Amino acid sequence: MDAYRRSLLKAVGAATALAAAGMVPLRALAAMSRPEKAFEATDPQGAMTALGDSAAESDQIELETPDIAENGAVVPISVTSKLPKTTRISVLVEKNPNPMSAMFMIPEGTEPFIQTRVKVAETGNIYALVEADGKLYKASSQTKVTLGGCGG
Amino acid sequence: MAGRMRMRARMSGDVAEVKVLMQHPMETGQRKDSEGKPIPAHYIKEVMATLGDRTVMAAQWGAAISQNPYLSFRIKDAKKGDTVKVSWTDNKGETASTEAKIG
Amino acid sequence: MQRREFLQMLAAAAAAGLPLSRALAGQGMASDDFYALPRYGNVHLLHTTDTHAQLLPLYFREPSENIGVGAARNRPPHLVGEHLLKHFDIQADSRNAHAFSCLDFAAAAQRYGRVGGFAHLATLIKQLRAERPGALLLDGGDLWQGSATALWTQGQDMVDASKALGLDIMTGHWEFTLGADRVRDIIDNDLDGQVDFLAQNVRDSGFGDPVFEGQSLREVNGVPVAVIGQAFPYTPIANPSHFVPDWNFGIRESDLQTQIDTARKAGARVVVLLSHNGMDVDLKLASRVKGLDAIMGGHTHDGVPEAIKVKNEGGHTLVTNGGSNGKFVGVLDFDVKNGEVKGAQYRLLPVFSDLLPADRDMAALIESIRAPHADKLGETLAVTDGLLYRRGNFNGSFDQLILDALMDVKDAEIAFSPGFRWGPSLLPGDEITMEDLMAQVGITYPATTLNEMTGERIKFVMEDVADNLFNADPFLQQGGDMVRVGGLEYAISPLAKSGERISDMRLGGKPLDPAKTYKVAGWAPVGEGVEGEPIWDVVGNWLRDRKTVSPGELNQPAVLGLKNNKGLLG
Repeated sequence: MDAYRRSLLKAVGAATALAAAGMVPLRALAAMSRPEKAFEATDPQGAMTALGDSAAESDQIELETPDIAENGAVVPISVTSKLPKTTRISVLVEKNPNPMSAMFMIPEGTEPFIQTRVKVAETGNIYALVEADGKLYKASSQTKVTLGGCGG
Repeated sequence: MAGRMRMRARMSGDVAEVKVLMQHPMETGQRKDSEGKPIPAHYIKEVMATLGDRTVMAAQWGAAISQNPYLSFRIKDAKKGDTVKVSWTDNKGETASTEAKIG
Repeated sequence: MQRREFLQMLAAAAAAGLPLSRALAGQGMASDDFYALPRYGNVHLLHTTDTHAQLLPLYFREPSENIGVGAARNRPPHLVGEHLLKHFDIQADSRNAHAFSCLDFAAAAQRYGRVGGFAHLATLIKQLRAERPGALLLDGGDLWQGSATALWTQGQDMVDASKALGLDIMTGHWEFTLGADRVRDIIDNDLDGQVDFLAQNVRDSGFGDPVFEGQSLREVNGVPVAVIGQAFPYTPIANPSHFVPDWNFGIRESDLQTQIDTARKAGARVVVLLSHNGMDVDLKLASRVKGLDAIMGGHTHDGVPEAIKVKNEGGHTLVTNGGSNGKFVGVLDFDVKNGEVKGAQYRLLPVFSDLLPADRDMAALIESIRAPHADKLGETLAVTDGLLYRRGNFNGSFDQLILDALMDVKDAEIAFSPGFRWGPSLLPGDEITMEDLMAQVGITYPATTLNEMTGERIKFVMEDVADNLFNADPFLQQGGDMVRVGGLEYAISPLAKSGERISDMRLGGKPLDPAKTYKVAGWAPVGEGVEGEPIWDVVGNWLRDRKTVSPGELNQPAVLGLKNNKGLLG
């Protein structure tokens, strides 16, 4: 287990316990676990490495993205993980200056599902990175960004 | 700052589906204004959702989330009438929160 | 052939499992028998699509280039000319050969006369309905746009005409270029209670709620039938998104599957998708979703004589495409017994105006629609010496005329014109009236533009459009054809990778310089707030000055790397 995840688990565990006891603001839970290195990485591999061990491709992750983006500034995505004990879902956009876009922590009692909208600079892959039972898995899907016009 | 968020929470089968819209520019820091001056980065970094004492979603975001962000998630073990609360904090330390009863 | 013999032949053909269209096509049918299509089964769907507001009979030349790449190579709809006739066993030089192919177009058009026209369409629909009680009339969209009167009445003429035609259900594409408010206004005030406007794939941009009804459950002769609507998935990309700022589109395959499952649960025994996806997208979609009996499609304007059977997990789905400009009516019959589809029959009927007397009521309505605009519509701008047409992957003679006018009037070295697939054809010697011109350019974003573009940018734009046409994955295509290019010569390799298809770009014999800036004229900008003289004034004045036009050689790219592609003639 890498150092980042070890500290994250420790922090989440501690924060949850404290939060339950009403001793720290709940906000602190998220604050403690921001993977700065991943957000600063300028290529998807760099971001993934910062998040942990290399991720295995998985068909148990359903990543839905549009085939063609209507507007590269607003691209709807949804991720559903069928992997047992899913605890984190991250979203990366391959061709963005900083591919790491978001990380969602999924506590027990919340479905391993998220839906949001991201900016996509140009045609390329969108990745969903899922941590389940302490291991990393990934899935990808291509979204095309086009100039438009001329159809019909 | 409740005006800066809209939220809907509804039971769908045995899970509560929560949808949130947050009013925010989500500036990346890489754009320039009409005079060519860089527009400073301004984006939501953290989002938290709770159901009573329970944290049901915690997220860390970069500036690549679209302007006026949308987020949807689904809570198990929730019931009609429960209150879901969602809050965000941006990179300038501004915050907003809102809550809704599950319908 | 006598009628009795004909019916016997049909029965024999049906017994032999031969598709009806093939049986009909093989016979040089007398015109009396042309529309004899015995009722089959008990669920009947009539389908029009992409009429583009053409109320009057017209000529429409099918393409001589319709290149298929990847899995679409050399299969319908990517067959032209004799390749198409051979595939569907249609006799050369026959009425059907003229309807479905571009072969010997001008001469055949003289011989067989005009096609379409709502008064003639109405007669055919009435006849089909008389033979098929309970039949539903579906329209696949691109109904409210494409003519002068549709533009000047904001689609009202077509709304009224289609209601008079007895339309039951529709979906949309160009409809949305009237703007979201107008679309809402028509649905709420004109269609309400009479026509269902369906689009399962349109959502609001807030919480993603459905904007329109997704499906309509009807009973046809006691059988529950669900029709699901699919609007053009790439409306805000292919057309200006500012017309529908709060609506999102997309194919939404999983939502479609949910719609189908919902319809089946509600008891539907026949489930049909009324689609504006385009045929290649429909063929792919049909292989992936289960539970659809048929997809009745449009958008790509492919006049495909037969339904294509596509296998999938749930069994199979029939996929059709119904051509354009009011030239065809699709007739789909299902035989449903004990709650199960036992068989289906499909035929795409060409609408030959001379074989179908005009319906009096519809003719009167059309006359009343046109009367207030008669002077403007009837103005003769010029006479054409040659055939003017539009369809084709790369250029058409009417497009070339628009390009020539743009370059001339704007004093530009290069011109771009969108690869629209609508717009009727004119025969040699025909007058070009204002109405004819509007049928090529009548849109709600008509501004002409003059921009400075670098050679690099010009290539980028052309590569982008080429990928929307020739990407091997149909879900990444938008329909429409290649942007028409004036002044600039180029070569194109449809099979090459994205970004590598366009080569050998030359202006006046010299290679295009990526770093140099060129003056490029265009029209139909998708951005908001672009101003410029409307295209109909630019081309209209240019034609008035000329009085006669002689369509010459088209600026066609050299097409590289294709061998034995049946989407090309010869």
